[in-house]
Amino acid sequence: MANLRELSKRKDKLSGGHRLCAGCAASIIVRQILMAANNPTVVACATGCLEVSTTIYPYTAWRDSYIHNAFENAAATISGVESAYKSLKKQGKINNEIKFVAFGGDGGTYDIGFQSLSGAFERGHNIVYVCYDNGAYMNTGIQRSSATPIGAATTTTPIGSQSYGKKEYRKDLTVCMAAHNVPYVAQASPSKWRHPSNQSVEMARLAVQTNYWPLYEVEYGKWKLNHKPKERKPIVEWLKPQGRFSHLFKPGNEAVLEEFQKNVDLEWERLLKRCEA
Amino acid sequence: MAKTVALTGNAACAQAMRQINPDVVAAYPITPQTTIVEEFATFVANGKVNTEFINVESEHSAMSACVGASAAGARVMTTTSSQGLALMWEILYIASSLRLPIVMHNVNRTLSGPINIHCDHSDSMGARDAGWIQLFCENAQEAYDTTIQAIRIAENKNVHLPVMILYDGFIISHAITRLELLEDEDVKKFVGDYKPEKYLLDIENPVAVGSFDGLHGFYFEHKKVQNEVIERSKDVIVKVGNEYGKLSGRSYGLFEEYKLDDAEVGIVVLGSTAGTAKLVVDQMRDNNKKVGLLKLRSFRPFPAKELFDSLKKLKALAVLDRSSSTGSFGGPLFGEIRSAFYDGKNSPKIIGYIYGLGGRDVSLNDIEKVCNDLSDIVKTGKIKKEIDYLGVRE
Repeated sequence: MANLRELSKRKDKLSGGHRLCAGCAASIIVRQILMAANNPTVVACATGCLEVSTTIYPYTAWRDSYIHNAFENAAATISGVESAYKSLKKQGKINNEIKFVAFGGDGGTYDIGFQSLSGAFERGHNIVYVCYDNGAYMNTGIQRSSATPIGAATTTTPIGSQSYGKKEYRKDLTVCMAAHNVPYVAQASPSKWRHPSNQSVEMARLAVQTNYWPLYEVEYGKWKLNHKPKERKPIVEWLKPQGRFSHLFKPGNEAVLEEFQKNVDLEWERLLKRCEA
Repeated sequence: MAKTVALTGNAACAQAMRQINPDVVAAYPITPQTTIVEEFATFVANGKVNTEFINVESEHSAMSACVGASAAGARVMTTTSSQGLALMWEILYIASSLRLPIVMHNVNRTLSGPINIHCDHSDSMGARDAGWIQLFCENAQEAYDTTIQAIRIAENKNVHLPVMILYDGFIISHAITRLELLEDEDVKKFVGDYKPEKYLLDIENPVAVGSFDGLHGFYFEHKKVQNEVIERSKDVIVKVGNEYGKLSGRSYGLFEEYKLDDAEVGIVVLGSTAGTAKLVVDQMRDNNKKVGLLKLRSFRPFPAKELFDSLKKLKALAVLDRSSSTGSFGGPLFGEIRSAFYDGKNSPKIIGYIYGLGGRDVSLNDIEKVCNDLSDIVKTGKIKKEIDYLGVRE
């Protein structure tokens, strides 16, 4: 495996000139992931920011072959591409080594695309699926998803006299995917939660340091914690810079903050146990 | 040498798929289509085909995977029915707009609700605006023959559109009939190799498929092109149907005319009911009644002008719809046929019947009633009821 310095010398597979917003970490993530692929890659995108910003007809920012089908079916689509490859290769109609990567947002992955993803994982296609987790439907303007944390204000879980924002905990997608017993599942550091646009990376770092987004991987069923914060920072440090949580810091919502912290700690303990086992 | 066999419609279509030997099949079982998937899975399990068979978790994923595989450069087939087709609906439009030559059987079954597993055409009628070529078949032989032709039609460079092969659930899919299968080699030669021009796996020439039509707005122009392309597929359907005739002795076109030449009254019908109706036409002819039949094969593209030319000499015409477009003025076939005659001089009087919904049997008596209604219209010059039901319990 090449190190970061070597990877940085490789040609970007996503060109500049795309229309992603300033401060959006999506292009950084895509470039870094695709750098890891030595071979030509076919990319599938779910409908979302990344898709609408990178392939505005008649242009494309993707240097490899690319397909967008619909919102909820990036996994099924790439499984079709990969099966075509397998078939044509076995018949001797194609000789190259090709890799297959799909990108979906949390809406296209946790929610509407969950079935398609589960099916593709269960069938064991030779693909990499990347969920770019914004914690809400960002392309359509901040509506809640099942990745949205408790207490977050979104346009479909607004705060009001009877509401402190989203009432439910987020779904633990990584655990769900690990339960498919695929060779490899990991959480890597992500990041747009109404924080200043120059702080994407800093916010992602805080998510890790507060244990909101632990870095770990599951390889052939073996759980491995890749980073243990020396001292766990309180979750309020990650919540405070984000506009979507500002209401939680007003009097009357202390209990929600407490609940939030408790849940982060509980999930962290669960993860530690899995990694120790 | 062709081989005479006794098979169900589904088994015949599975045989056609084996002979075509597609690169990828992604399919999900649903009544009454299931036995096609099962038989095809058996061919895969025994190495009779080179196909990568994707056992998807839903029809939505079946069509999604077909889009991916077809865009990747593979020859792709699938098969479904009813709710399955309905679940695919979103992706049907994407497949046709991407000009992917996917070939699919839809074994006609009604749509829920109430839930019912039997035949009518409401499933495929629900997809009639999806940009697919839709070819209806009367019997297992036609379903088998059309499957083989569909590959050539779909992949024709002037067409490049997905094709839906339609035949009646249970009536055709599960009834064993006598039919002829072509030799494997003949089918292989007839369908030829698939050579896509632009495809994802051509890594020397990467391509972006399914780009966002966001700012510049080519959507409208794109749809116009789709209309033009499906219109010109009519010639290809006829050409491939004739070529197939030379191979098999069974030629195909956009529709079949049955005793229409000197007919005064006629019936237009889709699917297996044509078989029943032909028998009634014969009986009527025995009684010196000038009745004829037109069995429409190509519902999409809809051959409006050709139908007009074929039916214009009739005095009265009944259009039989095995689906109900709830809230519209008659069934979908009725509406389109009637529209084709709007500008015609001395056009026949046209009436519509909704029949056979949810698998309700259509009997000889039902078709006879239609013929008698048409004779009354010719005699009196008056239509009693423009839209009526056939075989519904009051």
